[in-house]
Amino acid sequence: MLKLASASEYDPASLPDLLPLYYRRLFPFSQYYRWLSYGGVVKSCFQNREFSFTLKDDIYVRYQSFSSQGELEKEIQKINPYKIDIGAVFSHRPNQHNTVKSGTFQALEKELVFDIDMTDYDDVRRCCSAADICSKCWTLMTIAIQILDRALREDFGFKHCLWVYSGRRGVHCWVCDEAARKLSATARSAVAEYLSLVKGGEDTIKKVQLPDLIHPFVMESLNVISRYFVDYAVVKQDILGSKESVDKVLALVPEDVKKELKTDFHNEKNPVKRWDRLVSHVERPQGKKGQHAAKEIMLQYCYPRLDVNVSKGVNHLLKSPFSVHPKTGRISVPIDPREVDQFDPFAVPTISLICQELDRPRAGEEEEEEAKDKENESAPTEKRRVRDYKKTSLAKYVRVFEQFVEKMERARRGELLKKSDLQRDF
Amino acid sequence: MEFSRKKHKKVTGDYQAELYGHCLQFYSQPPLENIPLSEFETFAIERLKLLKTVENLGVSYVKTSDLYIKKLDSEIKTLNFPYRSEMEEKKPQTGPSEYEKRRKDHISHFILRLAYCQTEDLRRWFIQQEMDLFRHRFNVLHPKYKNDFLRHNNLKYEKLSDEDKRRLGSKLINSNSAISSTKIEELEIYKVPFQDALDLVRARKVFLQEGFAFIPHQEIVTIVLNDFRTRLSKALALTARSLPVLQSDERLQPLLSHLSHAYVGQDYSIQKNIGKVSLEQIDSMSTSSFPLCMRHLHRALREQHHLRHGGRMQYGLFLKGIGLTLEQALQFWRAEFIKGKVDADKFDKAYAYSIRHMFGKEGKRTDYTPYSCMKVILSNPPSQGDYHGCPFRHSDPELLKQKLQSYKIPSTGINQVLDLVKGMHYQLACQKYFELTHGLDDCGFSLSHPNQYFVESQKLLGSGREVKKEVEAPQKGQSTPALKAAGPRDSTASSQTDEASAVEDPGSSGKE
Repeated sequence: MLKLASASEYDPASLPDLLPLYYRRLFPFSQYYRWLSYGGVVKSCFQNREFSFTLKDDIYVRYQSFSSQGELEKEIQKINPYKIDIGAVFSHRPNQHNTVKSGTFQALEKELVFDIDMTDYDDVRRCCSAADICSKCWTLMTIAIQILDRALREDFGFKHCLWVYSGRRGVHCWVCDEAARKLSATARSAVAEYLSLVKGGEDTIKKVQLPDLIHPFVMESLNVISRYFVDYAVVKQDILGSKESVDKVLALVPEDVKKELKTDFHNEKNPVKRWDRLVSHVERPQGKKGQHAAKEIMLQYCYPRLDVNVSKGVNHLLKSPFSVHPKTGRISVPIDPREVDQFDPFAVPTISLICQELDRPRAGEEEEEEAKDKENESAPTEKRRVRDYKKTSLAKYVRVFEQFVEKMERARRGELLKKSDLQRDF
Repeated sequence: MEFSRKKHKKVTGDYQAELYGHCLQFYSQPPLENIPLSEFETFAIERLKLLKTVENLGVSYVKTSDLYIKKLDSEIKTLNFPYRSEMEEKKPQTGPSEYEKRRKDHISHFILRLAYCQTEDLRRWFIQQEMDLFRHRFNVLHPKYKNDFLRHNNLKYEKLSDEDKRRLGSKLINSNSAISSTKIEELEIYKVPFQDALDLVRARKVFLQEGFAFIPHQEIVTIVLNDFRTRLSKALALTARSLPVLQSDERLQPLLSHLSHAYVGQDYSIQKNIGKVSLEQIDSMSTSSFPLCMRHLHRALREQHHLRHGGRMQYGLFLKGIGLTLEQALQFWRAEFIKGKVDADKFDKAYAYSIRHMFGKEGKRTDYTPYSCMKVILSNPPSQGDYHGCPFRHSDPELLKQKLQSYKIPSTGINQVLDLVKGMHYQLACQKYFELTHGLDDCGFSLSHPNQYFVESQKLLGSGREVKKEVEAPQKGQSTPALKAAGPRDSTASSQTDEASAVEDPGSSGKE
């Protein structure tokens, strides 16, 4: 469970009452539509996109699709989904998938997505387990975002990576570059495997095995981890404190080193110094087996653990940004990777908080406007919604999202200019 | 491929010299000559044999290891496909034998395209084996012929300038041992979009920057192979489209469909077992007749009252294969899950669907077949929280040892199993486990499927007599006894498997 102070603000039972308000006045439909229509030149980009909704009592509705922002908005405001998932762009409109010949309805493209979930770190966190998180283990997500964001940009050349807090215990990444959206399933799995270092299930103790030659990508990732490792893993998680946790770490070093360290640790109780000992022990025999053990430990304890299956498939669904997490009430908000160190999952507003904030100032005037809006429906609602979310603590996250969408739009205009310049040259 | 026309066209000598000028080809031109039916069949069967060997060797050995190369080479030689040494002694003006081999390589490839273009699964299998074969044949080529091949097929890749090499220096060196062991100035390095070198990207054997992969000359096979795959996969899609024309040909149709069925062996989806197993039996059978992977999943399920998706698929389909009905399966999973964190309501909403899905009652309505060993070993490796996979492949040896000890396997036996694991003979290790748990010296079949393990075990435990007869039954050559043994239980199946065994076997030679 989440910490009491924040959880007390949100009561899951109130969700059905809050959702209509959220979707009517706060959900950033306009930016959302701009994102998913990718410039709007190819209409099918948005129109053939699958949305799926989770309704009350876990009723799951797949293959929804919409021809315009208005249609999407109307439907969402009508059914008030507990959760929104985004799927692939298909060859046909998903809501008509039953009418096309089977086999011809195919997922054509989707953002390259990554899903990192704190539950996958259970064997290396001592603070919490399963769905619980705390500010201590959140460091793992901070590390994950930095490592992957760097690799996606510098190694793979992607420029538009949208990072999103899942609302509970993890983060998602949507790589939105055109090249990424068009990757085949094979290419997606290759990228995901390039990015996966921690391997093996419950029956593998040593989950990271580095080859003799350390690849530049691994080196870069270690650079990120080393900024956090001692403070996070050695001090905060205290992985060299108790006997039990020491044993877990020592299971990862070669036999001979293990013996030496055991006697060493007998005299040395300070965890940070213990770590120094370990590092100097394993790195001493140059070129020998086990020379990378310290690095492997760092990676096993801190390297991002990807759910590869989510990334592999073109038509895998993933929870949409700005969807509400039904259990915590938190909004799935974008994270600015440049300020990831400051991101605090516990500061992310819950739906109940922002709905309250809506009503806070000048409640009287609000009602008046509402009445006015009813007279002339269409355009003013949009304007009012903009004003509405700006009053709440959702505002800064919508801003991050907007900046992301704007940057993508600028890049696209740049591309178009380049193209037309080229044509003139000919 | 224009099939009807090729029977009528005469072929000119020039065309053939062009086509068979190199011992390796991209199969861009279909054969245009007349092919006798008898030749059609032998060519196809022999290539299938070769591809089966490729598949089996790929599981048992590291694909570039000496043993792999040796074994594959010898198979290529035995089956009279073009072989590297012969190609070196002869120039394009080839004698009949080398020419014949190249022709066979060419024609047989195109026949199998016809047989393997029909479904996604078949295409994937065919592409995979053809790629592995191609990789091997390209790798063993003399460097000179490699360059010839590239030129001949017009494959050109952007080379890295000396300045870029200096700039990237140590990053390039650390990305691939082929670069670190030679002088970087003397090495050709190619720069291609990373999408064209996925195998190197996947294995992290290449330096990536801004979406480009920097590939040392030694690894050029990856990009060539990528081209090969792209072309083949396009060609198969095209072939599939023109297939209906062929299906009216009553001489070829049965042959082709037979060829495409031959690749998997038995898929254990046969419905004859349905309803033969009661839920009460599962606990005891899990210790007596389940292969280790399933025993392990069963135990995890009983202990955790939950399995993640990968485990549910692997174990669920296995159970379906041993004869659980959909109703039994739902009952079985529900009973276990509701002991844990999932209540009955949540089970019905979140999990029942996927179980009905397994039985082909939802979604695409595909009747999914139980996973083979190959699939368990090669695809979807387990990660945190998972219990699926092959315990011989995916467990730490130390844990595997402990587990075997807890199952009261004698320590000499455990050591034999661990040796096999070390040599990456996972299926043989499992076979050894079978022998140890059933008190046999030689189980007399070659294991390729968890459900086969179960069937064999039940047969042994059920009636010793029947088994004995099976072992004594005369067998042609080395054909897989496993398939034969399944025969007498079902006469219609027996005739099919007998035929299949004609093209089935030589896999075992690769594993032993």
